[in-house]
Amino acid sequence: MNINATLIGQAIAFFLFVVFCMKYVWPPILHALETRKKKIADGLAAAEHGKHEQALAEERAKELLRKAKEQAGEIVTRADKRAAEIVDEARGDAREEGARLLVAARAEIDQELNRVKEELRGQVVSIALAGAGKVLAREVDEATHAELMNKLAAEI
Amino acid sequence: MSGEALTSAEYIKHHLQNLTFGQHPDGTWGIAHGVEQAREMGFWAIHLDTLGFSIALGILFLYIFHRVAKQATAGVPGGLQNFAEWIVEFIETSVKGSFSGRNALIAPLAFTIFVWIFLMNFMDLIAIDFLPGLAQLIGIPYLKVVPTTDPNATFGMAFGVFFLILYYSFKVKGIGGFFGELAFQPFGKLGLPINLLLEGVNLIAKPISLSLRLFGNMYAGEMIFVLIALMYSGGLFLGSFGGLLQIGWAIFHILIITLQAFIFMTLTIVYLDMAHQEHH
Repeated sequence: MNINATLIGQAIAFFLFVVFCMKYVWPPILHALETRKKKIADGLAAAEHGKHEQALAEERAKELLRKAKEQAGEIVTRADKRAAEIVDEARGDAREEGARLLVAARAEIDQELNRVKEELRGQVVSIALAGAGKVLAREVDEATHAELMNKLAAEI
Repeated sequence: MSGEALTSAEYIKHHLQNLTFGQHPDGTWGIAHGVEQAREMGFWAIHLDTLGFSIALGILFLYIFHRVAKQATAGVPGGLQNFAEWIVEFIETSVKGSFSGRNALIAPLAFTIFVWIFLMNFMDLIAIDFLPGLAQLIGIPYLKVVPTTDPNATFGMAFGVFFLILYYSFKVKGIGGFFGELAFQPFGKLGLPINLLLEGVNLIAKPISLSLRLFGNMYAGEMIFVLIALMYSGGLFLGSFGGLLQIGWAIFHILIITLQAFIFMTLTIVYLDMAHQEHH
C-alpha cells in the first residue's frame, strides 16, 4: 500500500482514456441520440401537421358537400321551372293547332257545302226539268224550252 | 483460502499486498515478496496488478463503447446501443445539471470516470480468493484485483482531475483572477494570509477528498470481504453464516460501488464547474 510510481501510470492511463473517449466514443453516441431526438420531434410535428391537414380537408369536404347540395337544389328548381314552361308552351301550341284544325275543318265543310249545293242545284234542275217535263210533256217541246230551263237553274 | 496453513493475520496481509515490481535494495529488479521488500523499493516501483487491471478494464470499457459508437444509428437502437445510450443519457443529464459552462471535455471526462471507476469497483464483487488463487496457481505470489483499493489508483485519477481544475482555473480566470480568488476571499484584502490559508486548504482538499473517499470506501469494503472470507475456516456453522454475510454484503456493495463511482463523477463535474466560474 505504498505510494509509488503506480500513481503516475494511473494518471497517464486516465488521461489517455479520457482523450480517447472524448475523440471516438462520446461524440458519435451523443450525435446518434441527438439525431434520434430530432427525428422523433420532427415525426411528432409531422403528425400534428397531418392532423391539422386532415381537419382542414374535412372542413373543405363539408363545404364542398354543402355547395353541391345547394347546386343540386338550384338545378332541381330550374328544371321544375323549365318543365312548367314546356307544359305552357305545349298548351299554347295545342291551342294554336286546334284553332288551325278548326279553320281547316271549317274550310272543308264550306267546300263540301258548296259541292253539295252544286250537286243539289244540278239535281234540282233535273228534278225541276223532270217535273216540268212531266207537266209540260203534253204541251211543251223539250227542246224549245231547255234554254229557258237552264237560265232558271243558273239563277238558283 | 489457499491450502497452506496461513494464520488469519497472514491471510489478511497477503490480501492487502500488491504485486509490486521494482528495484530491490541490492540493485536487482523484480517482484517484491512481502510488505518490507515493497517498502524498500521506494517510489520508483509499480503495482503491476493495479495498473494491469485498471488498464485492462479501461480498454474493455472503451472497446465496448467504441464499438457501439461506430455502429450508432439514429434509427431503432440494438440492445447494446440501448444500454450505452442509457448510460450516456444519464451522464449527459448529470453534466447538464451540474455544469453551467460550455466545455466539450466535461461530459466525456465524467463518462470515463463513471464507467471506469464502476468497472474497477466491480472487481470487488468477484469472489475474493478466486483471481488471486488462480494467479497463485500460475506462480504469481500476490494479486489485488480491485484497483480502487490501491490509493495509487485513486490518487492518480484525483490528481488528473486536480490538474484539470488548475488548468481551467488559470485558463478561465487568468493568473490574477485565480490568485485573487485564493487571496481575497472570504475576508477581503486585509485578511490575505488567512484567506490564502483557507482557500489553499480548500483547493488541496479537493483531490485529497476525491481520492480518499473512493479509496476508503473500497478498501473498507474489501476488508470486510476479507474478514468474511476468514469465517470460512471457522467450521461449518461459522462458514455458512459467513456465506450468508457475504451474499448480504455483496448485494449492499453493489449499491456502494455505483454510488462511489457516481460521487467521484459528480464531484469532478462540480469542481470543474467551480473552476469555470468567475467570482466577483
